[in-house]
Amino acid sequence: MSAVTNKDHAELAEDFNRDENRVDWHDETLWWIRQKRDRIVHQIPDWELLRETASQIKHNVLSNMHSYLQQFEANALANGVHVHWALNAQEHNQIIRQLLKDKQITHMVKSKSMLTEECGLNEYLAEHGIEVIDSDLGERIVQLAKEPPSHIVLPCIHKKKEEIGDLFHMYLGTPSNVADPQILTEAARQHLREIFLTRRAALTGVNFAVAETGEFVVCTNEGNADMGAHLADIHIASMGIEKLIPERKHLGVFLRLLTRSATGQPITTYSSHFRKPRDGKEIHIVLVDNGRSEQLGRPDFRNSLKCIRCGACMNTCPVYRRSGGHSYHTAVAGPIGSILAPNLDMEKYADLPFASTLCGSCSNVCPVKIDIHDQLYKWRQVLVKKGYAPTAKKIGMQLMAATLSSPALYHTAGKAGRAALRYIPFAINNKLNPWYKHRDMPQAPKQSFRDWYLKNNS
Amino acid sequence: MRVGLFVPCYVDQFYPNAAIATLQLLRKLGVEVEYPLNQTCCGQPMANSGFEHLTNGCNELFVKNFSGFDYIVAPSGSCVLHVREHLHDKDETAAQEIRSKVYELTSFLTDILQVKQLKARFPHKVGMHQSCHGQRGLKLSQMSELVAPQFSKPGSLLNMVQDIELIELNRIDECCGFGGTFCVTEEAVSVKMGKDRVADHVKHGAEYITGVDMSCLMHMEGILNRQQSPVKVIHIAEILNAE
Amino acid sequence: MNSREKILAAVAANQPDLVPLPDISPLNFSQDGLLEKLTSILTTTGSNVIPAANYQEIAEYINANYPEAKIVSPLAELESGRLTRYDTTNGIDFQDVELAIIKGHFAVAENGAIWVTEDHMLHRALPFITQHLIIVIEGKSIVPNMHEAYQTIGNSTYGFGTFISGPSKTADIEQSLVIGAHGARSLTVFLLP
Repeated sequence: MSAVTNKDHAELAEDFNRDENRVDWHDETLWWIRQKRDRIVHQIPDWELLRETASQIKHNVLSNMHSYLQQFEANALANGVHVHWALNAQEHNQIIRQLLKDKQITHMVKSKSMLTEECGLNEYLAEHGIEVIDSDLGERIVQLAKEPPSHIVLPCIHKKKEEIGDLFHMYLGTPSNVADPQILTEAARQHLREIFLTRRAALTGVNFAVAETGEFVVCTNEGNADMGAHLADIHIASMGIEKLIPERKHLGVFLRLLTRSATGQPITTYSSHFRKPRDGKEIHIVLVDNGRSEQLGRPDFRNSLKCIRCGACMNTCPVYRRSGGHSYHTAVAGPIGSILAPNLDMEKYADLPFASTLCGSCSNVCPVKIDIHDQLYKWRQVLVKKGYAPTAKKIGMQLMAATLSSPALYHTAGKAGRAALRYIPFAINNKLNPWYKHRDMPQAPKQSFRDWYLKNNS
Repeated sequence: MRVGLFVPCYVDQFYPNAAIATLQLLRKLGVEVEYPLNQTCCGQPMANSGFEHLTNGCNELFVKNFSGFDYIVAPSGSCVLHVREHLHDKDETAAQEIRSKVYELTSFLTDILQVKQLKARFPHKVGMHQSCHGQRGLKLSQMSELVAPQFSKPGSLLNMVQDIELIELNRIDECCGFGGTFCVTEEAVSVKMGKDRVADHVKHGAEYITGVDMSCLMHMEGILNRQQSPVKVIHIAEILNAE
Repeated sequence: MNSREKILAAVAANQPDLVPLPDISPLNFSQDGLLEKLTSILTTTGSNVIPAANYQEIAEYINANYPEAKIVSPLAELESGRLTRYDTTNGIDFQDVELAIIKGHFAVAENGAIWVTEDHMLHRALPFITQHLIIVIEGKSIVPNMHEAYQTIGNSTYGFGTFISGPSKTADIEQSLVIGAHGARSLTVFLLP
């Protein structure tokens, strides 16, 4: 489910900022997770070497993906796993629908998969009469609220417990005004246990897939992926082609990084390695491209495919924390989403690379060392050149460039600007000036530095 | 040693005192400083907005103004980072030379001049704002995200100032939300980030907020003044030059 | 061309020149105090850790703490106890199990993860569907970190294997940690000599 909106990030962020207390709460919650991340990574003395190693492994994967994909496929097939290839979201959805149709299955349980969010799978299957229930607690909550997840690891981080209590009261029959997380989680456990026990099909995402062995790993804290997959007749695993890693031993590197970066935990409660189906049961893997091979062909942006979806860049991003995940109007929000989304649709996501101060914190927390903030800068250049900049901005920038290219024009404009500020502040201090809305203008000095220098140095 | 003083456009126009302090401080330390009169701007406002292709004029001018110096020094981390990473010109050799010789003020003082003591006194409680381009871009101080030894070039200089009291912050290196044109295109988030940053300093008793980038300080000053706060902003050069 | 061929062709056309794999051996390091480290991390992440001299002690603990429970275990050492027998290949049949006792291959000191493969589980669903879980490991089988863990696993050919590092948990509601999401509500780890 991706947010349906015509507003851009700045407008959605302005909406989010109408309730400042809520912004503070959102910011503090995510900052707390960032702090947990800091505490735990400082316990690993060779943390930076670990990041560098992971980054290099991922560079190798991107440079050898063609053969790893085939190696993975061959090994998975030898393990008795079915392998499907989907060029795009539509084909991914169709493959899954067909698998369910062949088995006359109309109800499926799903654990967390951002790829299925990217592909809009739930809506597609609903249109075709197949009900999907999300089993990750956070995802179930946003599903009940008919909202998309606002964060790839913490899907309902934007929701307050009272709001969740109301949802559960409405849909799961908990008493009204109960907002205790313990009670709400227990209610979800009972509700979803019934689902797990009655669903013949389970879909999971994939955290890592190993070319050498044909196995794939799914990480959860709740155990929902395992409950779904082990109790169903058919387990469908959707994975982006970039989730490959070369060898089993490389899992050691990535499992050390993933949750420490994500939530500050040493490892998820369950890190499950699926290699073969049980007797009489089926495992299907859907390998999805959906723009990834194209991104692989963009030298400036291909490194975004190293992403292991830990969400650390969101937790640390001062803009994300104060604008909320939904302001990014795409399945994967935050800094990483802002460099992934334009690859899929430049026009629709032209605003996202600008939703950043380029502070660089995202690149520093990234466990696979993606140069996120540099890519944001580079996307800006690409988007402007392709004509996706607002006209007013274009004209303004041309004027600015002309002024700053000429010392004479610059000195005149500077003088005029300072005069305007000094003598007629209302010309600038008005509501049409976005600076002035919540900030005062600088006090204009009588002379520029250059004026002073000319007087005092010649 | 001949140093070209690069004064960012908004410092020239709105904060001449920061540039004056930079000039005086460098001269006090025995450096021969010159201010090329025809300089304007490094082109960063355009480049960060996606219009790097419009910065040729600025680049050409920059190369013309700053070729031939032993070093180019500016009281700004952000502008220096832009020049280091993005200055290109028809005369690429000259551009390359400038890219390698341009320094932000505090790193020039610590790395090139290797200043060990300063004759400065500033008897106030001061909060140090780590501007992102200086810190994460130029690595002026260690970043809280990394597992690596602590250091701070501006911090070590401030510690040489007599009677200064540096305050601790809850979030030692969070962005203030200025972000160039971000401050107007994403007004709501920019202001909220600025308010939060300012609040951290105020809560810990700062009388002054200082930093290596006047642009961040200008943004925070705008917020402080709107709040009618007595807390002031001051460029680090003015503290290091204060007697 | 079908989708497989199209994807492979696009990937082949777009992937950069080969970058070699890094050597990951510098990340290995041996450490002292593995038992203490393991105990500490398991305890702080919500598990019970109990040293036991032998299976008899484990059986006594179970009798004392789960007197009425329906208990399942593939461990032959506990046969004489009061285990319920299940002759089923259907995971759903385990839905009323209150306590499952399984054996772990080894534990990882840095994160408390215990490696279990399906040949130790009776059924893949068992460690998850049971209300409470006990894993028995031998103290000498502790490895320092995940790199050694995968060296120990080597190229073994399990159908399903999992690292379990605690009870099922979630913090999805306002980041409040709640133990007992969908999997086992508790994890007790017995450390044999």
